[in-house]
Amino acid sequence: MATGVAAWLPFARAAAIGWMPVANCPMPVAPRDHSKKKDELIILNVSGRRFQTWRTTLDRYPDTLLGSMEKEFFYNEETKEYFFDRDPDAFRSVLNFYRTGKLHYPRYECISAYDEELAFFGIIPEIIGDCCYEEYKDRKRENAERLMDDQEENKDSKLPNMNFRETMWRAFENPHTSTMALVFYYVTGFFIAVSVITNVVETVPCGSTPNQKDMPCGERYTVAFFCMDTACVMIFTVEYLLRLFAAPSRYRFMRSVMSIIDVVAILPYYIGLVMTDNEDVSGAFVTLRVFRVFRIFKFSRHSQGLRILGYTLKSCASELGFLLFSLTMAIIIFATVMFYAEKGSSSSKFTSIPASFWYTIVTMTTLGYGDMVPKTIAGKIFGSICSLSGVLVIALPVPVIVSNFSRIYHQNQRADKRRAQKKARLARIRIAKKGSSNAYLQSKRNGLLSELLDLTGSEEEEHVNKTTSLLESQHHHLLHCLEKTTAHEFVDEQLYEQNCVEGAVPLQSPPSRSSSLSSHDGVTGTCCTRRSRKRIPLPNASLSTTHTHTQGLQELSAIRIQYGDEPSLGSSTRSSLNLKTSERSGSNCQGQHITTAIISLPSPPAFHPDSTVVPPITTTSSSNVVKVSAL
Amino acid sequence: MGAVVGTLTMQTKQRRPSRDKVDDDLEMTVVCHRPEGLEQLEAQTNFNKRELQVLYRGFKNECPSGVVNEETFKQIYSQFFPHGDASAYAHYLFNAFDSGHSGSIKFEDFVTALSILLRGSTREKLQWTFNLYDINRDGYINKEEMTDIVSAIYDMMGKYTYPALKTDTPKQHVEAFFQKMDKNRDGVVTLDEFILSCQEDDNIMRSLQLFENVM
Repeated sequence: MATGVAAWLPFARAAAIGWMPVANCPMPVAPRDHSKKKDELIILNVSGRRFQTWRTTLDRYPDTLLGSMEKEFFYNEETKEYFFDRDPDAFRSVLNFYRTGKLHYPRYECISAYDEELAFFGIIPEIIGDCCYEEYKDRKRENAERLMDDQEENKDSKLPNMNFRETMWRAFENPHTSTMALVFYYVTGFFIAVSVITNVVETVPCGSTPNQKDMPCGERYTVAFFCMDTACVMIFTVEYLLRLFAAPSRYRFMRSVMSIIDVVAILPYYIGLVMTDNEDVSGAFVTLRVFRVFRIFKFSRHSQGLRILGYTLKSCASELGFLLFSLTMAIIIFATVMFYAEKGSSSSKFTSIPASFWYTIVTMTTLGYGDMVPKTIAGKIFGSICSLSGVLVIALPVPVIVSNFSRIYHQNQRADKRRAQKKARLARIRIAKKGSSNAYLQSKRNGLLSELLDLTGSEEEEHVNKTTSLLESQHHHLLHCLEKTTAHEFVDEQLYEQNCVEGAVPLQSPPSRSSSLSSHDGVTGTCCTRRSRKRIPLPNASLSTTHTHTQGLQELSAIRIQYGDEPSLGSSTRSSLNLKTSERSGSNCQGQHITTAIISLPSPPAFHPDSTVVPPITTTSSSNVVKVSAL
Repeated sequence: MGAVVGTLTMQTKQRRPSRDKVDDDLEMTVVCHRPEGLEQLEAQTNFNKRELQVLYRGFKNECPSGVVNEETFKQIYSQFFPHGDASAYAHYLFNAFDSGHSGSIKFEDFVTALSILLRGSTREKLQWTFNLYDINRDGYINKEEMTDIVSAIYDMMGKYTYPALKTDTPKQHVEAFFQKMDKNRDGVVTLDEFILSCQEDDNIMRSLQLFENVM
């Protein structure tokens, strides 16, 4: 039972009135509410802990729950208290807000729980004091990122009916969704690696023939390398075109970084094909080949770590900018100083300020090649100051970048762990849900027993069977009404499978139903116009004669079969209920008469007399009460 | 050198608020609504103070912000029907409760509708039900609307039913309904036809009184 929303049960039951005109059968009786529950209310009694404060304190903020008339909804007149069923610990900070005017965020509190409390009491989080606001914002951001991760997960596993294009796009973006996507992923990865290695090996000298000087492999085996290059570029081109085709927004795809990298990676090849062996442009062509190295960036689709690195750099853009800016300033300052310090010395390498840039950079990054060295004393002094400050300037922004990277990396790891645990979580949730639906089926069996006992008026059993709470019985009554409206019952999975196998038989052979009643099947438990459809072409004469036995209902358009038990719930229960229902066959809930003529039409005369028919029916099957009635 | 670094750090700090602006914008969209006073609601509905208190507490617990949007509504309603899919019927219910078509249900709407359903006269209840069935609010219930409603009700049963649900079960149910309700056989059911037909049927009349003592 959904006890969390127990307070909404009256609403759900009231909404059931919407089913009433649609239903064809009468509804079951509602459970009686014998005891009226009284709630105890105490002034600012929050889950048992009493808080006392002046009314004027609360009135300071009239646009919140405690400061406005809304708290009257929570007032209890008998005990003269306001009762709130909320967390007392979180309430402390809420009440302190009224007292001191400052809202604080307790660090031990979960961010979503705290947000809920604030929303309940009508306080906007922006009022959180400066002392706690940073912490609040940080936790909130983490929570939002976690929620977005969860949402992305849900996006992966939806859309059963996507068209081909969308399936392809999903396969490209998430290779683990299908085997084809995984194969494609690995194949492209392999070819990227091949292409990069080819580019590298091309330049290695492999001169094995002694008469020729050392040539790079690229010029010795031109054809082979050309073929490999062609193959790789073809694969990349096909991949790019497929992605372009599958992308939901082609314009946005073309603008994205990965697609630009793809284009840049394959363009040199095509340009090379187009260009002739012209001496002037071949120089430019060689430069273009440099761009082939961009193919290595295509690996970022395959490696999550690379993506995280890229994302980190993007998110630390301000820190990186700061680093660059400060370095530039320092370089200019020190280059100028070194130039003027070394101006005096002869054969100095520091020919100009831009020439000193190289020395400054090499010194500040503690490389120290030694190709440019100061010779004057002043130059050496300033050179040492330069290298010391270089260490400081570089060391400052790096930890910020590192901490950002670490945070994002850990978040990703947590997301992966959550994904792995999700299946187990969902399985457990499903089991819990099944528990609640099984509860209804279980209580139906018990409930019918107690209904019978209700009518036979045996007092002691009545109390024994009322072990389910009033809330549960009301919820089950609601589900029972739904069953009556739709004229179908809830069953559990195994019985459903069983009935599927045997299901079609009764409908096709109504004449044999009288004999097959003991093995029941389709006759019991339906209260539906579907059966009436089969009956309408019946010879009206035989049926109209049965009308005299009914309660005077004129129109025949449906057969109502009331079940006295749940034959679908297993034969063991059936036998026990058989005994009980045979007693009550004369006096069932609605007091309808039993007319059994309809059951087997080819031989109506045998079924005309009600009284003679009743006992056979109740003993062969499980007390089916058949009634003819108008719709 | 230190002064240089200091000025640069101040510069980066100023750039921070712009990044948080997006978060701030999202936060402002949280809507908070407070209902009218207890006395007014007591006068407008058929509930007494204590009942309104109980209802409000339940309402506020599920929706601290004071309004129910359709998602929350569907979630709450689905918890009562774990077997099947209650979201379709919850959608129609939501539209019936949300008389102002604002996209969210406030406590006043909620209590007004409950007052009709639990404490109203038979005619009021039937009128409310007619409004529920009349999806496009044109004053007529046609077969498509009724089929939608009945299919939604059948969806709540879920897959495992006895006897097994067939695809044309809702349609046949709708046919039977129209047989009963559509007096002049013009293919639509008007409010008067509906009320008249329901008043003629004892079962319906009796079942309407079923939830009198819910509160």
